[in-house]
Amino acid sequence: MRGWKFGDNIDTDAIIPGRFLTIYDEKELAKHAFEGTRDDFSKLAQDGDVIVAGRNFGCGSSREHAPLALKGAGIRVILAQSFARIFFRNAINVGLLPLVCPDTDTMKDGSSIIVKEREGKVIVEGKEYPIEPVPEFMYNIVEAAGLVGYARQLKEAPVCTKSQR
Amino acid sequence: MGATITEKIFSGKCQRDIRAGSVVMAPVDGAMIHDITGPLAIQKFYEMGGVHVFDPKLIIMLFDHQIPADSIEAAKNHVYMRKFAAEQDIHNYDICEGVCHQIVMEKGHAAPGEIIVGADSHTCMYGAAGAFATGIGSTDMGFVLKFGALYFRVPESIRAEVNGTFQHRVGAKDLILSIAADLGADGATYKAIEFCGKTIRLLGMPGRMTCCNMAIEMGAKTGIIAPDKVTWDYMAKRRAGIRPFALASDPDAEYAERRSYDVSRLEPQVATPHNVDQGVPVGKVAGTHIDQVFIGSCTNGRFEDFAEAAEVLGSKEFSDKVRVIIIPSSRNEYLKTLRAGLIEKFVTAGALVEAPSCGPCMGGAFGLLAPGEVSLSTSNRNFKGRQGSTEAFVYLCSPATAAASAITGEITDPREV
Repeated sequence: MRGWKFGDNIDTDAIIPGRFLTIYDEKELAKHAFEGTRDDFSKLAQDGDVIVAGRNFGCGSSREHAPLALKGAGIRVILAQSFARIFFRNAINVGLLPLVCPDTDTMKDGSSIIVKEREGKVIVEGKEYPIEPVPEFMYNIVEAAGLVGYARQLKEAPVCTKSQR
Repeated sequence: MGATITEKIFSGKCQRDIRAGSVVMAPVDGAMIHDITGPLAIQKFYEMGGVHVFDPKLIIMLFDHQIPADSIEAAKNHVYMRKFAAEQDIHNYDICEGVCHQIVMEKGHAAPGEIIVGADSHTCMYGAAGAFATGIGSTDMGFVLKFGALYFRVPESIRAEVNGTFQHRVGAKDLILSIAADLGADGATYKAIEFCGKTIRLLGMPGRMTCCNMAIEMGAKTGIIAPDKVTWDYMAKRRAGIRPFALASDPDAEYAERRSYDVSRLEPQVATPHNVDQGVPVGKVAGTHIDQVFIGSCTNGRFEDFAEAAEVLGSKEFSDKVRVIIIPSSRNEYLKTLRAGLIEKFVTAGALVEAPSCGPCMGGAFGLLAPGEVSLSTSNRNFKGRQGSTEAFVYLCSPATAAASAITGEITDPREV
């Protein structure tokens, strides 16, 4: 799958600009992903493509439109050296897999990438790079297609005040 | 080993000793949704099988990003949310009150020791009230609407101790821009920034809100200030019967990092395009041509901010080469500014005064920039495309620097006008 290379501090305004926030459909949002900053993305991104970024991917606004736009464009995995907190949670909640990979600087735009998250690695142009382990609960949420599936199974939340020690 | 204020808040909620790094499902004391992230949160609430919200009294709704409705799509979102509020008996401030974070604070929806979530990244502002407050996405908010609780990873804290006396026309916004430049855009990722020290104690609530508001710009989960007399006096006017209690970090609490800042030589700061951590002393960018000045937003849209701008303006006029847009952050702040005669002063000087809303900071409603245009703004983000074209440039500054620059038509040191 093709890797789409981005730099550090890619903010959610770049991923989906403010003027498109009345849209909630992921396919519609995808048409405007990176509009004005990387116009070829929405035209050329294909199912299974991978975002490759530097530090602090997804900083800024809490808009869930950002991971939805990427998901709508066919992205399943984002590789970055680090993620902004709210984006990281939102990505998992909508069923995207944000993976921490320290070596993204060496990866080029357009590289062929195979993600083997269960094996803790990615293969870029035939070369293997380690990724940080993914907690099991994260898989559970991603595989339930997000937090919604998980929440549907709950009658009430297992709140800390009720589950003593 | 002692505990930080953040650890104490979570320990209090969970009735056991909770330390940074723990993941807990904690009950929340309040939740806020607005017109951008709210519709999706409501949709997720229903998808999760939600029927009735956990407690309508702990949820507030309002519209501030696209108001009055700037498109048919925005109007439809408003209708959808109004219907939900009516069905669920949730208080809806609708379009009339102002920007969400200002409303949560001034209506007393956040108080010391509480855990508050908002479907907006600048929710961290309520740390000024001594609450643990953090921004979440719409799906997390759907979960909160249904269950009244959420998973939290209890954050480590960065202790930012601030001492010294500000120079004339230098203040809280300059301080937080300088801290952002020091820590960097991801310098506090997943952490709480605890502001303390003599300078913070001497700041009023507006300046404290400005600091906590921008904690997210360093990646922080929240900004927080231990409650003191200033906080409790503010709360007393907003929560009948609230009684002060002790809530502060222990002297031997464990911090991820300790930073100290001396503001006595701090100069007015300007964050240059396109990141908030690109702050420099105003002198480095003085003379930069500007097309638009925006004084407003949840960061700097309060009466005190307008008083600061008006003091710099004096009896001068704004440059006719610059569009000056002034937007109070709430109806209450608007009225205070109006009654003090400042609205008349700004309009006379050539400004455009708009009703309370997020305004150009949202970058989708109005006040947008064309390619090549330059904005100087008291808001919180200068990302590429934040206020319109991705080929425009946004600089961030204090109300004093914004006013001084609006007079001259170029970025100007407020100490020199």
